[in-house]
Amino acid sequence: MHFKSGFGGAVALAVAAFGLSTAAEAQMKVGFVYVGPIGDHGWNYQHHQGLLELKKALGSKVTTTHVEKVPENADATRVITKLASTGHNLIFTTSFGYMNPTNKVAKRFPKVTFEHATGYKRLSPNVSTYSARFYEGRYVAGKIVGKMTKTNTIGYVASFPIPEVIRGINATYLSAKSVNPKIKIKVVWVSTWYDPGKEADAAKALIDQGADVIMQHTDSPAPLQVAEKRGVYAVGQASDMRNFGKKAHLTAIVNNWAPYYVARTKAVMDGNWQQQNTWHGFKEGMVKMAPYNSAIPADVVKLAEDTRKGIIAGTIHPFEGEIRDQAGKVRIPAGKRADDGLMAGMNFYVQGIDGTIPK
Amino acid sequence: MLIRLEQRPEASNIMVYVSPLIAVVLTILTAMIMFGALGVDPAKAIETFFIEPVSTLDGVAELLVKATPLVLIGVGLSLGFQANVWNIGAEGQLVIGALAGGGLALAFYGQSSTLLVPAMLVCGVIGGMAWAAIPAWMKTRFNTNEILTSLMLTYVGLLVLSYLVHGPWKDPEGQNFPESRLFHDSALLPILIDETRLNVGWLLALFVVVLGWILMSRHIIGFQIKVIGMAPMAGAFAGFKENRLIWITLLISGGCAGLAGVIELSGAIGQIVPSISPGYGFTAIIVAFLGRLHPVGVLFAGLLMALTYLGGDSAQITMNLPNAVTGVFQGMLLFFLLASDVLIRYRVRFGPPRVKAEAAE
Repeated sequence: MHFKSGFGGAVALAVAAFGLSTAAEAQMKVGFVYVGPIGDHGWNYQHHQGLLELKKALGSKVTTTHVEKVPENADATRVITKLASTGHNLIFTTSFGYMNPTNKVAKRFPKVTFEHATGYKRLSPNVSTYSARFYEGRYVAGKIVGKMTKTNTIGYVASFPIPEVIRGINATYLSAKSVNPKIKIKVVWVSTWYDPGKEADAAKALIDQGADVIMQHTDSPAPLQVAEKRGVYAVGQASDMRNFGKKAHLTAIVNNWAPYYVARTKAVMDGNWQQQNTWHGFKEGMVKMAPYNSAIPADVVKLAEDTRKGIIAGTIHPFEGEIRDQAGKVRIPAGKRADDGLMAGMNFYVQGIDGTIPK
Repeated sequence: MLIRLEQRPEASNIMVYVSPLIAVVLTILTAMIMFGALGVDPAKAIETFFIEPVSTLDGVAELLVKATPLVLIGVGLSLGFQANVWNIGAEGQLVIGALAGGGLALAFYGQSSTLLVPAMLVCGVIGGMAWAAIPAWMKTRFNTNEILTSLMLTYVGLLVLSYLVHGPWKDPEGQNFPESRLFHDSALLPILIDETRLNVGWLLALFVVVLGWILMSRHIIGFQIKVIGMAPMAGAFAGFKENRLIWITLLISGGCAGLAGVIELSGAIGQIVPSISPGYGFTAIIVAFLGRLHPVGVLFAGLLMALTYLGGDSAQITMNLPNAVTGVFQGMLLFFLLASDVLIRYRVRFGPPRVKAEAAE
């Protein structure tokens, strides 16, 4: 912390020292609101990495502010308002629960630009939304876990039954199934995004039920740590988690927000920011795979890399027909690909997955 | 050398009220040392923490919005605490009260009746009372410990909330995200100052402070509460019914918490979300003690505690300090308060006990 505030002071000094030239082009102030601690080593950590990259890329042209552990209730509106009223030109609100607060504040501050992650409401012209195609990463990971499992059982620690999470489970299953017809997937819903204790318990239960690869759609490294201890494999979430389980960590689906944060900040600086709904994947670099574990055979690494390259080239799509739901109804006809609308609202398990989505 | 605490024959009456101030001053001094050690200008940090948040009209409004639930719950709890009734489950009562009022808002969605908001508030009070009635009944009927039952019911209450926002009360157009639809305008509390979030909830909190003060200092029930709390035997000889007071104090504190919940929903949030309260029910326990279990004291304590939250925002936004600073502040405040309280009732003695001297006094 000391270093950080010292750095801020140095920037302020530099700005003061170079006086007029910098004063002419007003400095950008960019604010970030995080739902959890930066030290979660998952979701919030990655957003903060984006902030640090933004500082590195734009240097003294930008000052950044972040507020962590902001609850998704009345406090969110207060914090976002505070950022908007203290001279921030651009504010990134990085959790779904900030959707209504962000739109409320945006209406009050039409001159401030807002970017809300993972939401779908853009009620005023100064609000954009953005998210990443995490399911592309799940599809690549699915090939690996399908090949690496010996018990043919994937354990999946899931947070909430929202389309994003269901899409991830479906993508994993379809991908693993394509390389291993005997694959089964077991899902435990923990009803939280970040609770190391609960996540670990879920991973233990899944391993006890025969899973030898753990996937997670929660933010802490706890499931990976359990996998390491119990000698099974796991796939990290949101950031490269290999330091939490060197043997278990097959790879991770990494959220890389930095390019987007830099681009959008520049757009506001240059005056050509426009409202949009961004959904980027491998192609734009918003989703990345962490380095593959050396325990993965070369042919499986090649399979994964070919899949990733195929998705970038557009020759492979995770949701390509024919895809049926659990009831046997055709949801995506043969030869067709799921469009963004269908994927954004995905609320069904594909055929072959056991269990039901909690209502 | 032996250091021991020796009970004072009588605690100073003045010091009882001065000790919160001592605690605040000590907190600020220690915080300044901490900021200095972090390489931050202490004076600037204290200004950012305590002055900057309330330097604008919006900031003052936010302070009052944040203090409203703390004051409401704190007043309710302090009545019970004086009677040795330990309701630790205000958080659960807050949630159930919020659900009772919020459920009404969803049931009558789109109806533009002016009666909706008052009805929601009444439902909130009843909901909180109902949740507090369970530990009251169990204590008076089975002599269970209300600390345990009220605390455990908090988790039940949170699970009820979780079930409703994930299930039946989920926004039908919300893409399966766990939150209710936004309340219709007719279900929102009237705003007192335009362009802020300050709503009539604050006036209700002030009203409850006055009611609490009248009850405690001008009403026979307040007298009974104090007697039962200080000397249960004397209360029993005087014919005060202890069970009746257990019911009254738990219902009042539950009702206050329920009211705080529905005010938070319909005043500040505007929909039912999975985390309605960031722990107001627990923070209010600190507020009650910081305010010396006196309604007016609770009012000031609630404002001070609210200020530490707002100060935490400012510290992060203006000075890039970590969020943990808020927790450190609140922890120090409570620590110094408890330490001062101990020293009011005890004195520090060095060396072995002097029994004879004590007896001579």
